[in-house]
Amino acid sequence: MSQPKRIIESNPQGVALLSGDEAIALAALHCGVTLGTGYPGTPSTEILETFADLGGKAQWAPNEKVAAEVALGVAFASGRTLVTMKHVGLNVAADVLFTAAYSGVLGGYVLVCADDPGMASSQNEQDTRRYAVAAGVPMLEPSDSQEAYDFTGLAFELSERWQIPVILRVTTRVCHSHSAVQPHGKFTKPLTPCFTRNIPERVMVPAHARPAHRRLRKKLAEIEFWNVAEGPNRTINDAQSLGVITSGVAAMHTQEAAPEAAVLKLGMTHPLPMELIRGFASRHQRCVAIEEGDPYLNDALSAAGIAVEKRLESYRFGELSVNRVRHLLAGGEEPQTTPPRGKPPQLCEGCPHRSTFSVLSEMGCIVAGDIGCYTLAAMPPLQAMDTQICMGASIGVGLGLRHTLDEEQARRVVSVIGDSTFLHSGVTGLIEMVYNPPATGHVVVIVDNGTTAMTGLQEHPGTGRSLDHSRAGQVVPEEIARALGIPNVQVFNPVKELDRFERELKGALDSGTLSVFVARQPCILAFGKIKAYEKAITETSCNCAQPAAE
Amino acid sequence: METSVTNIKIAGLGGMGVLSASYVLAEAVFLAGYDVKKAEVHGMSQRGGSVASDIRFGTRVLSPMIPIGEIDFLIALAPDWVDLHRAELRPEGKLIVADDVPEGLANKRALNVALLGVLSRFLPIPEAIWHAALAKGFPEKLHVSNLAAFQLGRDGADATPQ
Repeated sequence: MSQPKRIIESNPQGVALLSGDEAIALAALHCGVTLGTGYPGTPSTEILETFADLGGKAQWAPNEKVAAEVALGVAFASGRTLVTMKHVGLNVAADVLFTAAYSGVLGGYVLVCADDPGMASSQNEQDTRRYAVAAGVPMLEPSDSQEAYDFTGLAFELSERWQIPVILRVTTRVCHSHSAVQPHGKFTKPLTPCFTRNIPERVMVPAHARPAHRRLRKKLAEIEFWNVAEGPNRTINDAQSLGVITSGVAAMHTQEAAPEAAVLKLGMTHPLPMELIRGFASRHQRCVAIEEGDPYLNDALSAAGIAVEKRLESYRFGELSVNRVRHLLAGGEEPQTTPPRGKPPQLCEGCPHRSTFSVLSEMGCIVAGDIGCYTLAAMPPLQAMDTQICMGASIGVGLGLRHTLDEEQARRVVSVIGDSTFLHSGVTGLIEMVYNPPATGHVVVIVDNGTTAMTGLQEHPGTGRSLDHSRAGQVVPEEIARALGIPNVQVFNPVKELDRFERELKGALDSGTLSVFVARQPCILAFGKIKAYEKAITETSCNCAQPAAE
Repeated sequence: METSVTNIKIAGLGGMGVLSASYVLAEAVFLAGYDVKKAEVHGMSQRGGSVASDIRFGTRVLSPMIPIGEIDFLIALAPDWVDLHRAELRPEGKLIVADDVPEGLANKRALNVALLGVLSRFLPIPEAIWHAALAKGFPEKLHVSNLAAFQLGRDGADATPQ
């Protein structure tokens, strides 16, 4: 552990006011996590930042898949590991998760996945609970910061007891809401790291994976049995006619909206404690499953023959609230209300990358865009982005457009991607561009603002600084492009060299060659911070270089 | 106020100090011994969009979000946010805006703290606890000017310093 920059202050009763993200980080510290890793993504980002501030070892990976793999190595070596991401990050890491469920782990492996119902800052509303079922891993769902703390510890305990990765599924309102936490530190102790050779359980060739799959299903059956008998599920107000089965923050809305209802609040939602739910349902005349997102509980309960009221489709969309739960319980169609939206976000006034988009717009380019704050260039007045799907998609989508459109249109297609997004999953798109170049060539513009701006100015492999802003290795996008043999690679200052950028872009679009243009200028929000980090690094290295006084 | 939940919404634009004001308020009610929940949405708010924070306190708080129509105090850091959230106020709910701060705010950026001062007139929280929460919520160099801004809002028009 490094020197903590922050100490969690408690009141005289030993209680602290923490966000769900902070509570998870504190629990990870108290559980003796060897390494926290992940990729920034709202609303999960603050978990690793807090863990590092508290003195834990945390690092940003280039993407969620790499993070999940590094974490798996930690767990194979019997260390405890916390890997964090937002819901869409799990799409990237899913390849690791599905087979890590087979291989199992030795040290506790807790994957925190933060869903964003209502899409406060995301491109879709996907529901991670489906992944727990698909991959066959246990899943815990805290409803406030105390549970975020407690369930993190429980997740490590279960992960080691059954030697299986565990998902801690949180949502925006759990991550970013503050509530009281009593940090008790009463968690099981981590193992001592060591390497134990176990080829049949760690090398997932078919002959090994077939028995591994059977082992996994046996573990899940045992975990379901445990969840029924002693899982983190609570029944509140049992002697009532209305019974609600719920989990996560929806349980809080429910208790407030219907204080008279009996509530079965599920803390572990995969494997579901079906016999517990069946018993609860049998004791209540009317049973309703209240959940955000997909009808996960509703479908599973119906399939198990438990009579729950059919949920209206409207409740699939957006986040729940006390008001919506009241409507749901009252029955009938949900009234259409639009919550106040206020002023939408936009590209910062002084953003140095606005001009890049102005040029693309003036030249009539078809812009395949990507994920980051520059996606805001799609909004009026600029409206300089035509597609945006997922991390790294700008390059592949741009190439597909080039392969398909007539020559006049194809020549106007440009892919635009941010620096952190490029290193996350744009590099393979660039390899595709070299391997399968469109007849009209292609142009990729990397808008490099020297930070992961959208999620709150995190470091990435291109900045040359680690999560805690100390010196790290540095990966330079234009050097990757040159190494791939792309003939036209240029770096611009988008503020001072706009004319040159416009001229070169025109030339590149006309020429039919493959081009990568890096428009490099730091984010105006990060500028001062970057200077301070670099100054601190210089000062530290000077101190290190001084000979010890004798 | 002892048995029910008090709901306060702070609303404004990214950069106006909504989040720091909500931090101080939540810390103050927490230090005063209440159960408290604070909900806010980060992320896009950094790009000049609207930011709102819900603070709820009482003997026991369940949902972190204020139900529609149950705001007791709405602190609007700019006039646009009054209309946006007016429908969420209780009929007897109180609106707190810049006009409630007496003349004489030395640093306009401390409006968020001055509005907390106005709010403090209505909440059963000792002054010393407010001061402790302010000290915790801001860098030390701002403490003196923040205390002045808070006091200006708290003392009201009758006690405007000359």
